[in-house]
Amino acid sequence: MSTSAPLHISGKAIELRGISRVWDGKPAVDELSISVPAGSFTVLLGPSGCGKSTTLRMIAGLEEADGGRIEIGGRDVTRLPSAERDLAMVFQSYALFPHLTVAENIIFGLKVRRTPQAERQDRLEKVAELLGLSALLHRKPAQLSGGQQQRVALGRAIIAERPVCLMDEPLSNLDAKLRHEMRLEIRALQRQLGFTMIYVTHDQVEAITMADQVVLLNGGKVEQAAPPRELYTRPATPFVARFIGGPPMNVFAGAALPAVEAACPGCLLGLRPEALVPDADGPLTTTVTGVEYLGADLLIDCSLNGAPLVVRVHGQREIEVGQELRLAFAIDDLHVFAGETGPRRDDLKETLGPLMRS
Amino acid sequence: MTSHRSVRFRRDWIHGWLLLLPAMVFLFAFTHIPAITTIINSFYSTPRGRREAKFLGLTNYERLLDDAVFWKVLGNNLWFALGTIPMSVALAIVMALWVNDKMAGRGFLRMAFFTPTVLPLIAVANIWLFFYTPGFGLIDQLTSSLFGWSSVNWLGDPATALNAVIVVTVWKEAGFFMIFYLAALQAIPVTLTEAARIEGASRWTIFWRITFPLMMPTTLFVSINAVINSFRLVDHIFILTDGGPDNASSLLLFYIYETAFRFWETGYGATLTVVLLLLLSLMAIGQFFLFDRRVHYK
Repeated sequence: MSTSAPLHISGKAIELRGISRVWDGKPAVDELSISVPAGSFTVLLGPSGCGKSTTLRMIAGLEEADGGRIEIGGRDVTRLPSAERDLAMVFQSYALFPHLTVAENIIFGLKVRRTPQAERQDRLEKVAELLGLSALLHRKPAQLSGGQQQRVALGRAIIAERPVCLMDEPLSNLDAKLRHEMRLEIRALQRQLGFTMIYVTHDQVEAITMADQVVLLNGGKVEQAAPPRELYTRPATPFVARFIGGPPMNVFAGAALPAVEAACPGCLLGLRPEALVPDADGPLTTTVTGVEYLGADLLIDCSLNGAPLVVRVHGQREIEVGQELRLAFAIDDLHVFAGETGPRRDDLKETLGPLMRS
Repeated sequence: MTSHRSVRFRRDWIHGWLLLLPAMVFLFAFTHIPAITTIINSFYSTPRGRREAKFLGLTNYERLLDDAVFWKVLGNNLWFALGTIPMSVALAIVMALWVNDKMAGRGFLRMAFFTPTVLPLIAVANIWLFFYTPGFGLIDQLTSSLFGWSSVNWLGDPATALNAVIVVTVWKEAGFFMIFYLAALQAIPVTLTEAARIEGASRWTIFWRITFPLMMPTTLFVSINAVINSFRLVDHIFILTDGGPDNASSLLLFYIYETAFRFWETGYGATLTVVLLLLLSLMAIGQFFLFDRRVHYK
């Protein structure tokens, strides 16, 4: 490669085929299969303990898979050491070497792999410029702010132009404002350079805003793998419905409405807080149990025959605790699930929707 | 208001001194006053019977420059330091790296390495005396049956006595230093090693570029302690060789003890002590300056 060419990396596809990892007899990752297209930004999302970090560490080669196959760019890497998998990783704690300067940290990998001095220097300049680190190259990590340390970790990850980059909750140590900036920056960097990204987070906002594909994990299994928009509009299971959205979707047992329970025993109904509209002629009669004022919005907690619902309305509205509130919704906004783990039943929407009266 | 404050201030001041007093009395009585007395004594002759100590100026120091035994003992001590310090520090690092890995029997190994430090040397010396016994000692039996060597008087031969003492010291000290290195290793975040592994670094590179530099504060601490110990330890010489043969295994402190308490030349003994103290403080300061640039403190 010509040294003066701009940084560009061609990403490689990653294929996980039924990988498992068992801790003390309990599966942390349970026959997980995920396809990550080349050059895409895939987020592994889930609550703590869902196996997302373990999955990432298995892809990195820091953790041995107990079963299954990991392929990077069509090559089976399941038993290869990290160094031979041709990938880069950014750690939650950044893992910067405290005794080395910023420059030495960034070129550490190149030096280990005996890249010629001139090329090392050339790449360092490019990366430093790209990340705005040029003025800080001679500092030690302890002399940098959290955001700057984060950038150094990014620099170390991209300088070798590896086709795959893994990130393990890289923004969780930053404050809210910086997190927002770095989110945009990381996304832009990935688009610009073109490597394949696998990004682990428990923060759904990060997942929704950055990803091409979100893989939502629960108990070591995939709940749903889909683009962010689909995850929001068509959650595959009640777990996904309750995980995505702020505040999350109201998912309640059909038993709250006798007519629904009769038509479809055991069914769950889902309505997003923003899909419920106060309407004097609405079919759902509820009692207000609490009000939370958020400025632009107002969150109303109410009870529908004992099932708790959250409604999001415009912040200027006056609502009293204890008053009756009638709610309306569009049939298109209704989600029906066959059971707690069960699949979506879009076919029942038209049947059950009109039955929802109280 | 002001007078109230000044009374309060004086009370605090008196309380402060009262709290310091007990420790200060002991520190002065047992450390500072003896040290100053030693320096003063080094300029006087040894009092004998009714003859009082006489001021000699630098005579004791001139005698020291001409004392062949002093130079021999100083040489021995340097050889002893060179033989024990790098070896015990290197061994300590190797053992610490070994028992820091996840493996079966780790607790047992850690205990085994630390045991020599806990055991009193007087008790263990008996075992070492047996190892070194000419003819039927463990070492002679091994060398004679494996290589057919003739018997060697390890502790009685001027050529081997000091080295035999060095081996015992290394055995005794390495486990102690290992504990410090183990603590240092455990303070290094695992992610640093993982990050280095992903960058393609070998175990050897990780050790030299990451682990060892990050343990530098420990190395500084341990090596200063090792230097001080190498000039301070005498118990093994008492038990193993008694300084002999012909001062071949005598060290500086042992020579001071002999001069002051066996030959009862307290004046010259004080002079030797002052020289030892000077040497020790020079070396400690030197090490600080030498290491300071290369030590990364968190």
